[in-house]
Amino acid sequence: MLANLTALLSTTLRMATPLILAALGGMFSERSGVINIALEGIMLIGAFTAMAGSYFFSPWIGVLGAVIVGMIIAAAHALVSISFRADQIVSGTAINIFAAGITGFLLRLIFGDAGQSPSVQDVGTWKIPFIKNIPVIGGVFGEQIPFVYIALILVAVSYWILFKTPFGLRIRSVGEHPAAADSVGINVIGMRYIAVIMSGFFAGLAGASLSIGLLDLFVKNMSSGRGFIALAAMIFGRWTPHGAMLAALLFGFADALQMLAQTIGLTFVPRQFLLMAPYILTILALTGVIGRSTPPAADGEPYIKEEV
Amino acid sequence: MAAGNNLAVEMKGITKRFPGVIANDKVDFELEKGEIHALLGENGAGKTTLMNCLYGFLNADEGEIFINNKKVEVTDPNVAISHGIGMVHQHFMLVPPFTVTENIVLGKEPTKNNMIDYKTANQNVRDISKQYGLNVEPTAKVQDISVGMQQRVEILKALYRGADILILDEPTAVLTPQEVKELVKIMESLTDEGKSIIFITHKLKEVKSIADRVTVIRSGKLIDTVKTDTVTTNDLANMMVGREVILEVEKKEANPGEVVLEVEDLYAKNERDLMALNGTSFSVRRGEILGIAGVDGNGQTELTEVLSGLRKKEKGTIKFKGREITKPQTKRLFEEGISHIPEDRQKRGLIMEFKLYENLILGRHDRKPYASGINLNNKKIKEEARRLIEDFDIRTPSETVQAKSLSGGNQQKLIIAREFDRKPDLLIAAQPTRGIDVGAIEYIHNSLITQRDNNKAILLISLELDEILSLSDRVAVIYEGKIVDILDIGDATEEKLGLMMAGAESEEEPEGGGQVG
Repeated sequence: MLANLTALLSTTLRMATPLILAALGGMFSERSGVINIALEGIMLIGAFTAMAGSYFFSPWIGVLGAVIVGMIIAAAHALVSISFRADQIVSGTAINIFAAGITGFLLRLIFGDAGQSPSVQDVGTWKIPFIKNIPVIGGVFGEQIPFVYIALILVAVSYWILFKTPFGLRIRSVGEHPAAADSVGINVIGMRYIAVIMSGFFAGLAGASLSIGLLDLFVKNMSSGRGFIALAAMIFGRWTPHGAMLAALLFGFADALQMLAQTIGLTFVPRQFLLMAPYILTILALTGVIGRSTPPAADGEPYIKEEV
Repeated sequence: MAAGNNLAVEMKGITKRFPGVIANDKVDFELEKGEIHALLGENGAGKTTLMNCLYGFLNADEGEIFINNKKVEVTDPNVAISHGIGMVHQHFMLVPPFTVTENIVLGKEPTKNNMIDYKTANQNVRDISKQYGLNVEPTAKVQDISVGMQQRVEILKALYRGADILILDEPTAVLTPQEVKELVKIMESLTDEGKSIIFITHKLKEVKSIADRVTVIRSGKLIDTVKTDTVTTNDLANMMVGREVILEVEKKEANPGEVVLEVEDLYAKNERDLMALNGTSFSVRRGEILGIAGVDGNGQTELTEVLSGLRKKEKGTIKFKGREITKPQTKRLFEEGISHIPEDRQKRGLIMEFKLYENLILGRHDRKPYASGINLNNKKIKEEARRLIEDFDIRTPSETVQAKSLSGGNQQKLIIAREFDRKPDLLIAAQPTRGIDVGAIEYIHNSLITQRDNNKAILLISLELDEILSLSDRVAVIYEGKIVDILDIGDATEEKLGLMMAGAESEEEPEGGGQVG
């Protein structure tokens, strides 16, 4: 029983990690006023890049590559939605479709396989001394893939950036009332670019955590909606890092429960229902059934200077 | 006119063009140190454009700007700010979920170890707020404070950045008369401290009572700059409009008949799901204008919308011509004889992309003579449109242009033509003259009076106290969704209404002046 509990919590944490990372990315973007549904696609491309980096060089070079490629694609989203003021949902959707296409294409081109890549070296795990000897807690936190620790640290760092620094105050001001920010000399366009590119960093990292963290290979379309679930976690967490983390953990828990139910052969709830759980939670979060939350006031609105 | 004297700002030959319009045409403007200088003009005359050029929000196409006798290229607000210019916009540039302090220090935050030093920031805000007598609560969120306090925050924002020259864009529009007095005191204490103030307005009375000098702009052109004690309000009106203006609305004594609309204990929620009408009760009789006065955001919008069927009521009764309307639906109210001039003509009043003749039959488009069966009778519709354009003096090349090509005043006349032509028993006029020129205002005021004299009931909801006072036969003051009291026009003074608009009962002493909305 205790072993099951430990396994459940440990899996929860692991499954929540990509969601936490992507949700943090979405949060920075939306706090600045740009909706970024391209998280899904960026994750997928990040996952592929990380795998390829590990295949040709080393796992950590893969992670670095995923992050860089993530930022480049986010920059494209920024260009289209901030400078060209195109519809942000359309831009995001285009990136998602592109991501599915390009990763599938490169998978076949480089690895000659339509379904999945060969096994590559993953990033392994980190062991935390002392903690790993504590019962249960040690089982959960003592030895995990590095992304788990990175995600938890980034939650704290993001909170600090967003709520304690001038930079964070400015990001939030640009997302709430860009004209007000402009009137005190804040570069609205510049801040939004930075925030969207940051979201690419997080989503790329989230992608790497999928392919060479949770697994050791790339599977076609392996992000499988996690980018959107991360957005739900962000909304559910009211656009705060800690809130998004808690929401992501809830989704991760649903995932872990489903996996545990399979391994120990729980049959009283059909497996399909447990598989559905994260998605149902997502819909409930998005429709506001679980508490209403207000997005940043200028979320999704391009900034145009006042005329006449 | 030698340079190097006592000028804080000098703008020479400023021209700013927008596609299709010249907003400023070679305008000169001078601000002396330590003066309060009014910039007077009608809506759309180009006052705000000129100031946006000075503040760097817009870049002038031609002309030169001197600040403290130094030529400056004001390319963006940062340049203006660094030269000591601060602007208080008409629509406040404040971030509602941020605290007062956060709003003030935004963009220039004091830091300690890379973090915002909130302790110092709050202290700085307290210091300057004390220095200039601008009372604010540093840690309160802007969305929770009164409009008067929000304005003080805006002024503090400019002062915090070291502004010596303040531009106030229509600062009195959102204030009660008492708050206006307080603002004037603040402005005077600022000039005592050596600041110079430019004060944009279209209200003549304020120019006389507040400013030292006034510059008048009409249709983008400079008319004149004069000392305010050398001119009368009528002179100013003539300069602003370019012809004789009758400032007083002429009307006979009202002769009210039976009650047409009776509203009792009405409750309704606003967009944010909060109760905006909290038991509103009043009645309107035939042959009278009932004015609803109040500071913006006290339930006026919701009241208009409930009475025109655009918003659901939570509770309460609405009786029209003696019968209760249990489910107010737009179409039904419309057929019963209620007409509605919405507060936002572009959003609710017209379909901007539609032609004039199409706009003129909206709501009646399915009836004879405009429709027969499933077809529109366009010939008849255009004929009627031409008649209305003629009758209501709508200035347009033809009935086939889009509504968006008309000026604000003519758009408003278009709505009035449509609504009056239906010969309603009750007319709800919400902000009927917002943002339009004086000529159109005169026209609309006179037509409201004519409708009243034709025995119609009129409910006038307006944020302009002067408008309420000059048109109404009775005045109801709304505060936090409740009617504070209803006064006969003979008893309604600006002073009394002002106190009631801040929530005080008419007989009682006011409590805490600025706490409204």
